Order: sequence, then C-alpha cells, then structure tokens
Amino acid sequence: MDFERILIDGLRAAVGPEAVIYALAAIGLNMHFGYTGLLNFGQAGFMLVGAYGVSITVVTFGGSMWLGILVGLLAAAFLALLLGIPTLRLRADYLAIVTIAAAEILRFVFRSSAANPVTRGVFGQQQFADAFYAINPIPEGAYGFWLISFGSHRRLWVIVVGWGLVLLCCLLVWALVRSPWGRVLKSIREDEDAARSLGKNVFSYKMQSLVLGGAIGSLGGMVLVIFQQQNHPDIWLPLVTFYAYTILILGGPARVFGPVAGSVIFWFLLSSFDTFLRQARATGVVPPELLGTEALGAIRLATVGLALMLLMAFRPQGIFGHRREMQLDV
Amino acid sequence: MRSLATLVLGVLLVVAALGAGGALAEDDNAEDGGEAIRGTLTAEGEPVPGVTIVAFDADGNEVGAGQSDDQGEWRIPMPGPGEYSATLDEATLPDDVELRDPERGTLEFSLRTGQERTLLFPLGEDERVLARFLPRASQALLNGIIFGLIIAMAAIGLSLVFGTTGLVNFAHGELVTFGAVMAFFINVAAGPGSLLWAAPVAVIGGAALGAGLERGLWRPLRDRKTGLIQLLVISIGLSLLLRNLIQLFYGGRSRPYLDYAVQQALQFGWVRITPRDLIVVVASLIVLSSVGVLLLKTRLGKAMRAVSDNRDLAESSGIDVKQVILIIWLMGGGLAALGGVFLGVVENVSYLMGFRLLLLMFAGVILGGLGTAFGAMVGSMVVGIVTEMSTLWFSTELKFVWALAIMALVLLLRPQGILGVKERIG
Repeated sequence: MDFERILIDGLRAAVGPEAVIYALAAIGLNMHFGYTGLLNFGQAGFMLVGAYGVSITVVTFGGSMWLGILVGLLAAAFLALLLGIPTLRLRADYLAIVTIAAAEILRFVFRSSAANPVTRGVFGQQQFADAFYAINPIPEGAYGFWLISFGSHRRLWVIVVGWGLVLLCCLLVWALVRSPWGRVLKSIREDEDAARSLGKNVFSYKMQSLVLGGAIGSLGGMVLVIFQQQNHPDIWLPLVTFYAYTILILGGPARVFGPVAGSVIFWFLLSSFDTFLRQARATGVVPPELLGTEALGAIRLATVGLALMLLMAFRPQGIFGHRREMQLDV
Repeated sequence: MRSLATLVLGVLLVVAALGAGGALAEDDNAEDGGEAIRGTLTAEGEPVPGVTIVAFDADGNEVGAGQSDDQGEWRIPMPGPGEYSATLDEATLPDDVELRDPERGTLEFSLRTGQERTLLFPLGEDERVLARFLPRASQALLNGIIFGLIIAMAAIGLSLVFGTTGLVNFAHGELVTFGAVMAFFINVAAGPGSLLWAAPVAVIGGAALGAGLERGLWRPLRDRKTGLIQLLVISIGLSLLLRNLIQLFYGGRSRPYLDYAVQQALQFGWVRITPRDLIVVVASLIVLSSVGVLLLKTRLGKAMRAVSDNRDLAESSGIDVKQVILIIWLMGGGLAALGGVFLGVVENVSYLMGFRLLLLMFAGVILGGLGTAFGAMVGSMVVGIVTEMSTLWFSTELKFVWALAIMALVLLLRPQGILGVKERIG
C-alpha cells in the first residue's frame, strides 16, 4: 500500500478544478439553503444553463466565449425567475421536489433530438473554450510543489482563475450577508412570518437570493465545461446537486468559507479513498474480481450517501458552522 | 414500454428481450485484430449513405465516429474492449428516412478483446406514424394505464408516510428497486417459473425493509426531534447509499426476469397487450382496491386516515400512532416492492429503476394531493397516462417532461392537489 500515492491523489483533487467547481456550486447553495433556508435541489439545472450558455454561444452561434459567459449568467438568472415565481410561495419540501424536477426537465430537453440543432443532444458540444486558454500567461510545462501536483499549465490556469473566482464570490457573499439585506435573509430563514410582519417583502428577498445563488452555481458549471472543453447533458445529473449539498453540510452552512472548506475536504477524502480502493485491489488485499470499475463507483457513491446521512443526523452544522443556525424546520 | 417494441420486427423483439442491447450478430473475425463496430444501413431494401454514427465510452466521451458509404456500410474502430454506446445522428438521415423506432437511435453494447461487433439501426418509415390515430391513441392509453397503476402502487407508501410523519422520502424509489432486484435474484437462483412465488417473497422483503428503516432510522431520528428538512436531506443520503449498495450486488446492467420475457401479444380490437401485462393490470387493480377497502372499511384504515389527518388529535383519542406509522411503512414498503416487480416484468430490472420512478411518484402524489392514499392513486394514473399519451404527439425522449411539467402547473394553480384539502402550504 503506497500511502504517499493516496496522499498525492487526494491533494491533487483538493486543489484542482473539481474542488473549484463544487465550491462554486456550494457557495450558491449556501446562499439558498444556508442563509435563506431555500431547499433548492436543482443546482445542477443552474449549472447546466451556465455551461450551455457558454457552449451554445460559441459552438452553435459562433459567438465569443466571453459573451457566452454573460449569456450563461443571464440564463441562470432567468431560470431562477422562471422557477421562483411559482415555487417560492410553496413550503420548503415542495420547493425541493419542484426544483429537482425542473433540473431533470432541463436535462431531458437539452439531450432530446428535438434540441439537436442547438445543443447537439447526446453528442454534446466540444472545443469552445480556446479563447480562455489563448490568454494563458503560464509557460508550458508541468507544475507542482511538495506533494501537491497542479498538472499541466492548462490545468494550473484553470485552477488559478477558478480559485480567484471562488474568492471573489466569497467576498461578495461576505459583504452581502453582513449587510442589512443579509440580516433580512437570515430572518426569513428563521421565521418567515415574523419577517413578513415587519413589512419585509419576503417573496422578493427569496427571489433575489435564488437569482444570486443560481448565478454563482452557474459559474461552477462554466468552469467545469471550460476545463473539460466539452459539454454534455448527462454531466448534469441530480447527483451533482447531492454532492454540492454534502459539501455544504460538511463545511458548515451559513458560513462564508464553509462551502470552500467543505469542497477541499470532500475532494481530498473522495480522491484518496478512490486511490486507496484501487490500491487495495492492485495489491490483492481485496480480490480484483470483487472490485471492478463499476463496484468502485458504487462504493464511492454509497460512501457519500452514508456521509451525508451521518452528517445531517449528528452534525448538521458541519465542521465550521454554528448549531444555532441550523435549526431549520418546514 | 415493451409493448411498443412488439411493433418492431419480431427479430428485434427477441434481441431486445435477451438484453443484448441491439447487437444482432457477433463477428469475431476482426479484419485488423482491433475492436470495432460495423453495420449496414438500409431502408426499404435500399442502402442509406452519408449517415453519421458516433461511438461513446461509458463516461459519455466520444471515442469514434463513422459515416455510411454508398453501400450503406459503416465501420468505426474502437479503442479497446469495454462498455460503449453508439448513436445514430438523426440529423444526417435523408428526409424520407427515419429510425423505425426513435428509442433505438442509441444502442448500448459491450466489446470483448478483438471483437468486431455488428450493430443494427432499423430504418424505414416510423410504423407508429403510419398507424391510424385512434388505434394508436387507445394503445397509448392502455400503456399509460399500465404505467399509472405501477406508479400508483409504488406511490401509496410515499404519500401515507408524508401524511403521517411529514417526511418527504427521497429514498422511496430504492424500495421499488429493492423489490425488483430481490425478485430477480430469487428468479435466477430458482430457475424459470419461480417469479410467481418470488414476487410475494420480494413484497415481504420490501415490507421488512420499510419497517426496518422506520424502526432503525426514522423513529429514532424523530425521537431526537430532528427537523423535517434535515430528515429530507438524510433521505437523499439514504437513497444514494441504498441505490449504490444495490448496484454493488446487482451490477449496472439492465436485465429482464427469466419468466415472461418474450410473449406473443394478444389483440383486443385496437389494442395489443401481452398476457404478462394483462396479469400486471389485473393484479394491480386487485391490490389497489384491497388497499382502498382496507383504508375505508377497517379500524386500522380508519386509524391510518386519522393519523394522517391530524396526528395529535389521533394520539389523544387513543390511537397508537407509533404502531400505525410502523404499519404504514410495512404496507408502503411491500407495495413499493410489488410495484418494482411489476415494473421489472413490464420493462427491465435495473438498479436505477426506482430512482427514475421517484420523480414520477412525486408528480403523482403532488397531483393527487400530498398525504392522501386515494389522491396518490388518482394522481399516479394521470401521470402514467399523460406520460404515454404524450408520445402520440411528441418525442418519446420527452415523455417524462410532460408529467413533471403538469406537476409544476398543479402546484401553481391548485397546490393542494386534485383530492387534497386546502391548507396553507406556502
């Protein structure tokens, strides 16, 4: 068993694009769930429209990628409005069902052959982020220090820009939630009727939170497809949202850096666990026929599920949160 | 629905039933020793040139593409053995040619080392478009009723659990999968003909799992005064856990039961139904009406409805609420397992089948009014029928979209559902 390898793989993912992408998704969810108490289970849908905003603008319409990013952000805001108008008046559990359904509707529609001319359906879209890599100032080569590998200059460029984006979003959230606006959000989370009786327009505040969190989530979607240079409807499964929730609750909801810490820890654990299982197979500790690629994936997901259950049952405030802030109820 | 597949050539039906995923013939004499896929595209006996076919690996990455030549033949070299899918790009088909079955535009298959595999994309005019409207509509209605009955059976537990405990259980779909998979293992171990008794055993297993979850997980959590939103998130974790544990034992493939996989459809006027589907319909009707009688005519049913209506009031009038909730979990788990077995009979068994059904169950339950058993039945029937009838006008790929869209619309206009009682839910 090569423990250094396990550590290296864990660290590589903990600072890599995966952690960036899910940190952004979870920061958006933190806005929704952590600060406003909105149970949005359709974050994958916001990421989908962000990602397709970029890829459709470039591949289908031949526009610039930077325009595409703007389109993606606008699309996410539009989705939030479209979704929020009917659902924000509903109770939290209804909101959860409708948002997850909306995300699935989007995925079905984008992968259908009727949408083929625009989205290329199940073929997906490729090679739309050349503009991003064209301005990469980092000289060619492989980077890393100590045990942390950043990979190629392309991957490092994504990492640098990505973490910069995460930092900006954290700053934004930090500034917003300590403002009077943020205090209204928290009061809505704690007691909607009380906020309403003080004359606050609860619906409007919830909507603003949904738009903002959705837009931040869509940034995560964009980073993912710009990094991979390909977009496909089946990237955006409900599982993406579930990962983001696990990360949010791991780090601690209603804390500015909770989602960031959660994402780093989550990807460190997930990747090193993966390598650990692979090594257990390679060294014959576990018979290889018991542990195929399929089984590895299943064990990994089952573990995430178990972790989510245990966290929510025993430590809903995560690592850095306050228990006081997680006394949510429908 | 399998019954749609009966419209395709008989050969294809056999292939689909064997779960071969679309491979008609296997040819081990590869020309250059490498793995490849090939085929010939013809429509009405004429070759179809210039059609693009793209191959993907299991993660959805493109691994190769090819075009049919003047003889309609195409060939794509593949990177190695493994699980793949191939998609025919319908946009490159000539205007007068279509996939005979739009659902078979993407084929999944596995490759062995050195294997050159032939894939068949049946082309021609879509027979469903050719058939007259009324017969097609009746057939879609029948398919919808079958699907709706299955959703209804699976969704009753979901609705009653919500009514009595307020839990929105995202892990309910896994009870469905559990029943189907358990019956599958018994069926395979005991050989053909065993499904008839494997189904009741699976129902008992599902009931035991439901009750076990209530006793081992949900009741302790309620006793700890865990909030409802927390419970909802825990149920999502549970769903991930159970689904992937099932996958660990069952595998990722979708397979049919040994029994009743291939059957000749019976013709009744405009509609065709296999004896297998007919049995599913009759059995579902019997089970659902028994549940109705139980709820309306027995003391236990009255207690269930009372707890669902107002828990505190029921408790203060002497009903053992904990026991009633446990019985609801027993019943809900058993019904979900039975729904899973039926779904496995009508379609196939896979580890994802319950999760795929979950959103439709939610749609049915919300349509009918969350928390009521009869509402769940009515709403689920609507969902099943809308899903299948939509294929008359729209692409089958989008059939679930309509059911989910109707759910959103109902929430907007009548949030308490068709049979629900009006109360503030916002």
